[in-house]
Amino acid sequence: MNLALSEEQEMLKTMARDVLADKLPKTAVKEIEESEEGYSAELWKEMAGLGWMGLAFPEKYGGSGMSFLDLAMLLEEMGRACLPGPYFSTVVLSGFTILDIGTDGQKDEYLPKISSGEAIFTLALTEPSASYKESGIGTKAAAEGDSYVISGTKLFVPDANVADYILVAARTDKGITLFIVDAKSPGISTTVLKTIANDKLCEVVFDKVKVPKDNVLGEPDQGWPEVEKIIQRAAVGKCCEMTGCIQQALDMTVEYAKDRKQYGRPIGSFQVIQHYCADMATDVDGTRLSAYQAAWMVSVGLPCTQEVAIAKAWAGEACQRVMALAHQIHGAIGVTIDHDLQYYTRRAKAAEVSFGDASFHREVVAREMGL
Amino acid sequence: MDFRLSEEQDKFRQEVRDFLEGEIKQGLWEPSCDAWIMGHNPEFTKRVSQKDWIGLTWPKEYGGQGRSYVDRLILTEEMLRYGAPAACHWFADRQIGGAVVHYGTDQQKKELLPMILKGEAYVGLGMSEPDAGSDLASLKTKATEDGDDFIIDGQKTWTSGGGNMNWIYLVARTDPDAVKHKGISEFFFKTDLPGVSVTPIEDITGGVHFNEVFFENVRIPKTSLIGERNRGFYQILNQLDYERSGMERLMANYPLFEAVIKYSKETKQNGKPLAEDPLVRAKLAQLKIEFEIGRLHMYRIAMVMDEGRAPNWESSMSKVYGTAFEQHLAGAAIEILGLYGQLSPESKRVPMRGMAYHSYLSSKGYSLQAGSSEVLKNILALRKLELPNQ
Repeated sequence: MNLALSEEQEMLKTMARDVLADKLPKTAVKEIEESEEGYSAELWKEMAGLGWMGLAFPEKYGGSGMSFLDLAMLLEEMGRACLPGPYFSTVVLSGFTILDIGTDGQKDEYLPKISSGEAIFTLALTEPSASYKESGIGTKAAAEGDSYVISGTKLFVPDANVADYILVAARTDKGITLFIVDAKSPGISTTVLKTIANDKLCEVVFDKVKVPKDNVLGEPDQGWPEVEKIIQRAAVGKCCEMTGCIQQALDMTVEYAKDRKQYGRPIGSFQVIQHYCADMATDVDGTRLSAYQAAWMVSVGLPCTQEVAIAKAWAGEACQRVMALAHQIHGAIGVTIDHDLQYYTRRAKAAEVSFGDASFHREVVAREMGL
Repeated sequence: MDFRLSEEQDKFRQEVRDFLEGEIKQGLWEPSCDAWIMGHNPEFTKRVSQKDWIGLTWPKEYGGQGRSYVDRLILTEEMLRYGAPAACHWFADRQIGGAVVHYGTDQQKKELLPMILKGEAYVGLGMSEPDAGSDLASLKTKATEDGDDFIIDGQKTWTSGGGNMNWIYLVARTDPDAVKHKGISEFFFKTDLPGVSVTPIEDITGGVHFNEVFFENVRIPKTSLIGERNRGFYQILNQLDYERSGMERLMANYPLFEAVIKYSKETKQNGKPLAEDPLVRAKLAQLKIEFEIGRLHMYRIAMVMDEGRAPNWESSMSKVYGTAFEQHLAGAAIEILGLYGQLSPESKRVPMRGMAYHSYLSSKGYSLQAGSSEVLKNILALRKLELPNQ
């Protein structure tokens, strides 16, 4: 057992933190959040140039051949920096799925485009049912000659407004099938929703969208176990982002408690504030330890249903506790729109409900316990 | 990063499990909560000693096994999982042996360590006093030099293991004129001496594991001094890190967890197993989540120790966290048992041998022993987060 980061991971983390601190001050986050696209094409290009898109993909697909655990370091720093945009959608939700179950032809076609930053991908999974269960999928794909025709409404699809390709989970004859859909296909209409994290979650309506059979990803009708894997991987990725998010909130809060004086002394010298900070630090460390454990298990390919569920259930609630205390310690300044804290507050809440909230994952844990 | 244990470690865990399961099968003892502190069973301790499982991490030259702290964590984790009666040797193994290895003279090592390894030192921890709890440096018990001896006078309280001890680890004031934390020394000596008297304190479970210990003109040889004179407070800070860091801060009542899971699966309410009730499922799953997070904290600490660093803020963090979990477990267990949860171990119709009742009451002390959660949070805030003192 060894919980230390490798030298490479330390370097990657430090580099990512420095780059994002430099390129992405909160003024830039704000600007990007308010833009129509929701991402910065310039930063996207730079990230691709740094090898971030293909970090965990094999070299033959333009990647760097690193692991999901290495990627976890990057995600943590992205969470710390509040990076807006389609990185998560492209790499975690889509790239890994194609790598996992795509045909050689699909991998050859799409993965280099992801590694180079040429293409943006996303995953259209959830629907108005707002459920991560198989029964929540009502969108249908009917076979017609060499194609499938997809009809239905997907909801909470991240970054669909800028995606070049959308992975779609739809109901076919005997189960769920995944498709790689060109986002410019006729019949697709996208509306951006307004969200607490100011990210671009979309409603995507598929109105008889024709998709060639070659674009089936994985086995027809056998897609649900793959979708579960996607949710699992995404939940771990979110936990890593959340770790960075609350670590930064803690760091900001501790700094503030050292600087802010009341009654002639720093408020951080009062035991109640110290205890709040200690509670926050304990929540942050628990989140990180469990996120790393889950990321490591995904990385080495061990079965990790329980560990992932534990990490996400924990992270979801720990984030809320940490942000509540961060606000309490910051006082009124922390609830002003010009203060940076709100970026973390908003993202932490959105992350809590994404890819399974604590109740969802507790039920997974209960099943794993044999209850 | 690698969260796997080595093959040898997995094997070692299995060996410990086989041993403990064998003991239970032979009916030698029953798993119980708090057995690491209340289960005084000299015969069990002898058998553990024969397995060479005392002093596991000490250097081989002192009769230890030179094994890692992760190995020791595996051992203690299994002892706690099975609720094994390990109280006779727990303190000596956990912190006294280490202190002797670290601070003792060659002569002390030669005399004291073999006795601990044989499981013959039932140690009481003489730290708190009526007016020195969290503020340990305010202690008043005196050790006055007199020729080749020290004379001990004073009173200790909440002395864990005091009722069964044959040795005591004592902190006492050796320089009454120095600043309070600069005049304290540590002593380790046999308790069958004139002037030592022990009064048990019954706790809210009806059990007795802590005591008042009185010292009246107790003469001990100078060779009882451990480490440097007047440096005892600094030495004990380090020892406390070890005292706080163990798996007993997460698993003191673990047998209750397994029992309540089993109970929920086997007990029907309105024709359905309790485990199918969504509220019960959520409660048990949440406990499992909290437990596993705590386990990661504990393994992190063992790794810090294996790096040769004292687990400083890490043990404060894990102890606060772990004891809160233990308390949550005890409370939730009673809630799941419902009306049955209030039945005492002696009552007719009590489920699970009354473990929930006992543990609920017993766990109130968990966040007080070895540093209250409040003091530990202060340590965490000052040492890790570097918040200002004033």
